[in-house]
Amino acid sequence: MHEWALAEAVIVAASKIAAKENLKEITEVIIKVGELQQVEEEIILFGFKQLKTDLFKATKFHILKAKTKLKCHNCATTWDFKKENLDETTAESIHFVPEVAHAYVKCPKCGSPDFEIVEGRGIWLEKIKGVK
Amino acid sequence: MIDPRSSVIVKRFKNIKRVVAVSSGKGGVGKSMIATTIALKMAKKGLKVGLFDLDFTSPSTHLIMGVKNIQPEEEKGIVPPCVNELAYMSLVFYSGELATPLRGVDISNALLELLSVTQWGDLDILILDMPPGLGDVMLDLIKLVKKIEFVIVTTSSQLAFQTVKKQLKLLRELKVKTIGVVENMKISRIQLIQNETEKLGFVYLTNIPYDKTLEDSIGDCEKLLATNFAKIIDENLIKKMGM
Repeated sequence: MHEWALAEAVIVAASKIAAKENLKEITEVIIKVGELQQVEEEIILFGFKQLKTDLFKATKFHILKAKTKLKCHNCATTWDFKKENLDETTAESIHFVPEVAHAYVKCPKCGSPDFEIVEGRGIWLEKIKGVK
Repeated sequence: MIDPRSSVIVKRFKNIKRVVAVSSGKGGVGKSMIATTIALKMAKKGLKVGLFDLDFTSPSTHLIMGVKNIQPEEEKGIVPPCVNELAYMSLVFYSGELATPLRGVDISNALLELLSVTQWGDLDILILDMPPGLGDVMLDLIKLVKKIEFVIVTTSSQLAFQTVKKQLKLLRELKVKTIGVVENMKISRIQLIQNETEKLGFVYLTNIPYDKTLEDSIGDCEKLLATNFAKIIDENLIKKMGM
């Protein structure tokens, strides 16, 4: 239920935006989740259901998935993160704190652990729609 | 696109009465030993204490306390395990003893992640063992955790104290509460650090003489708490921290 905490962050952030924009109701929330964190979509949606306030009574939640692209700082090779290449314990560690990927993942070309997570980490609030 | 994580941090810290960062502009001055000892001594007094190791690339509080074979639980986020009566959190639970090379943006992201998903519950005080320097972790925390206070550690060396002086001035500019300065590993009777600290308008909390036996206590909390080092922290420092 680590996802529950992330779902709560989305609800709090969306509520803040709604207050700022004077929205009486939020009709749609689109979030993007990066593959690196391996967030379970169903648990996030369950979290939304548990946490939502009146502001979200008719909200449609959409979850988009983003592929994780990594780029080596040493040799500039870019590659896609693949969960399948990791054992269960390692995948779980990265699930909790994606940055620990730097302890486990290496550049496929030169073997360096010094790489950039170009895209596809964590959770992002992509768009919210509402009624004033 | 908005990163929603920072929005929930206030809520995560709502039931923590005080957040104290044990910090230094310079490395190798004993921050982790002092942070851990403060936390352990406070817990012995019956306070609800958390210890959060924020030195992501060189964590050491788990070594000081001899933490082994323990993992946080997952319950609406991450629940820090209870270690020696402390709610304890460290990146080492996920990175193990592997080298974890992190650039600034990764450090900020790891910090944001852990601050937003860690469920500390009710605490009287959360002690933060800070990485050395005036970089990302310090600046991010000042931005994200408004109730943060600092205890600054230096040694008697001018090499450490010159950086600490810059840090003290920076904290003042940033309007952050600084409890005071600890002079650790003191080897002479010269009062230069005390005089300079007070001249800058900061509180000189205490000095701690260099303790040759301290290294033998690593991995054994009871031994650590029986040292002269721990006694000074208990008698001089914790009281001045208002606890």
